[in-house]
Amino acid sequence: MNFYLLAIIKAAVVLGVLMVSLLYIQLVERKVIAHIQVRLGPYRVGPHGLLQPIADTIKLLTKEDLLPPGVHRFYYILAPFLAITLSLISISVIPFGPEISAAGVSTYMQLTDLNIGVIFVLAISSLTVYGVVLAGWSSNSKYPLLGALRSSAQMIGYELPLGMAVASVLLLSNSLSLRAIVNGQSRFYGGFFPAWNLFRGPFPQVFSFLIFLVAVFAETNRVPFDLPEAESELVAGFHTEYSSMKFAGFFMAEYANMITVTCMATTLFLGGWLPLWPARYGSNYLPAAVFAFFGAIALYHGFHPAHDRDRWSLKAFGLILWAIAAVFLIPAVQAILLPLFWFLAKTGILLLTFIWVRGTLPRFRYDQLMRFAWSFLFPAAVVNLLITGLAVALV
Amino acid sequence: MEPVIFLVFAVFAVVCGILVVTQTHPISSALSLIGVMGSLAVIYLMLGAQFIAAAQVIVYAGSIMVLFIFVIMLLNEGQERKTRGSRIARLLGAPLLMALLGIVSYVIYRAFPPALNVQFGRFTGGTAEALGKALFTTYLWPFEITSVLVLIAIVGAVVLGYKELD
Repeated sequence: MNFYLLAIIKAAVVLGVLMVSLLYIQLVERKVIAHIQVRLGPYRVGPHGLLQPIADTIKLLTKEDLLPPGVHRFYYILAPFLAITLSLISISVIPFGPEISAAGVSTYMQLTDLNIGVIFVLAISSLTVYGVVLAGWSSNSKYPLLGALRSSAQMIGYELPLGMAVASVLLLSNSLSLRAIVNGQSRFYGGFFPAWNLFRGPFPQVFSFLIFLVAVFAETNRVPFDLPEAESELVAGFHTEYSSMKFAGFFMAEYANMITVTCMATTLFLGGWLPLWPARYGSNYLPAAVFAFFGAIALYHGFHPAHDRDRWSLKAFGLILWAIAAVFLIPAVQAILLPLFWFLAKTGILLLTFIWVRGTLPRFRYDQLMRFAWSFLFPAAVVNLLITGLAVALV
Repeated sequence: MEPVIFLVFAVFAVVCGILVVTQTHPISSALSLIGVMGSLAVIYLMLGAQFIAAAQVIVYAGSIMVLFIFVIMLLNEGQERKTRGSRIARLLGAPLLMALLGIVSYVIYRAFPPALNVQFGRFTGGTAEALGKALFTTYLWPFEITSVLVLIAIVGAVVLGYKELD
């Protein structure tokens, strides 16, 4: 097939899936945090609040777009566009799966494979700070400016340990291409235990995985490092003055960044699309089993409803989940669906961790945040890099 | 395709370079400088110097310019006031600039052969692997000495900073 046509189709599919997941990750976040706090969360719009994100989008689209007096108009409008663009670019090098062929066309489940893929992602993430900084500065207001200053200091501080953690993975992988990094993790120790970079010899990257996770929490301005938008001190931080779609732009950029960094963590440390254990021990049947299990739970609660309105919605959910489980058993589509399942499962678990941490930990104080980055995280990352280098050189 | 991309980004770099000087607000100048660095990175990429391109974005556009903007925002520099400028500069500025550009482009045209790829001494190629190999074998000594120099500069900055505090 025509190269350009294929590229456009792939880009459209990835963009569509990304946008829908951007919408729904907020619903998941609100639901999970609600359940952590023993509430129900959004429940009114659609069954179990499933249409809530669409209602929110319509609300944000139709709100009045205020332009406060005294702002630097050009940069004020540019900032949200910059934030959302830069947060969406990185997804183009993430590999979601191996080479697949359908209808006589074979292609990789990845938009493009750069041979400097890892550095490309780091470069783009080093630019994301401009959206925040410009927004804070051009708003011509005190709280946004303080938020932007905090954000730039924090992002520069945490970029170093992030880069060091990634570098020690590169020592094991010997490549900067993300596809090659995933392919390098495809072996199994003793025919069973996965050789993901997290567990891979000669020096398992457990510490750099933890350092990476902490650093990306700070890079994406998430709790407990969300000082740039600390609502108890700075109103809403850098986007205080923004309304309507421009505010939504920052909101989307934050979640898109979250998705990108979890995809990166999956690719670098958790073996990307590779299964947890080899196919000959039946890992191909796990997706169907998982969906069937949750379908059964939904059906059980549908027949013993706690609320009257759940009587039909939960039964429908159960049947849909069973249908998905049945699809996973069709051999013809397994080659496409299984890698996607593993990739999305790993990414989803990491995203749930982000939400879980938000529901659990209080916010750091600003000096604690900076001291932690420079006097603990960075030295730890350097030591980890040195030990990894030594282990790779000796073995 | 390639000449078009080169032209687009070369023009963008030059325009941004002019804007750095002509803009009256420091933040606008700094952002134009980021534009220059970004388009330079694309031109490096077209020369096959992938690693240098990425490093250009990470180091210059990503870190150094963030620090610039950080400082400008902290000092809260306002609009700069324009002076009329000297009469001699207004008369001779444009012709002298043209002459300088002409000389520079002539020298570049004569001195350097039209190379398609990155070349430095006997080193060619710009992938991360080739660059790393060259840095840690052929150019090991210059590389290490440069890194020690940078370290000295950092230590010096810290010492100066502490003196200010006392």
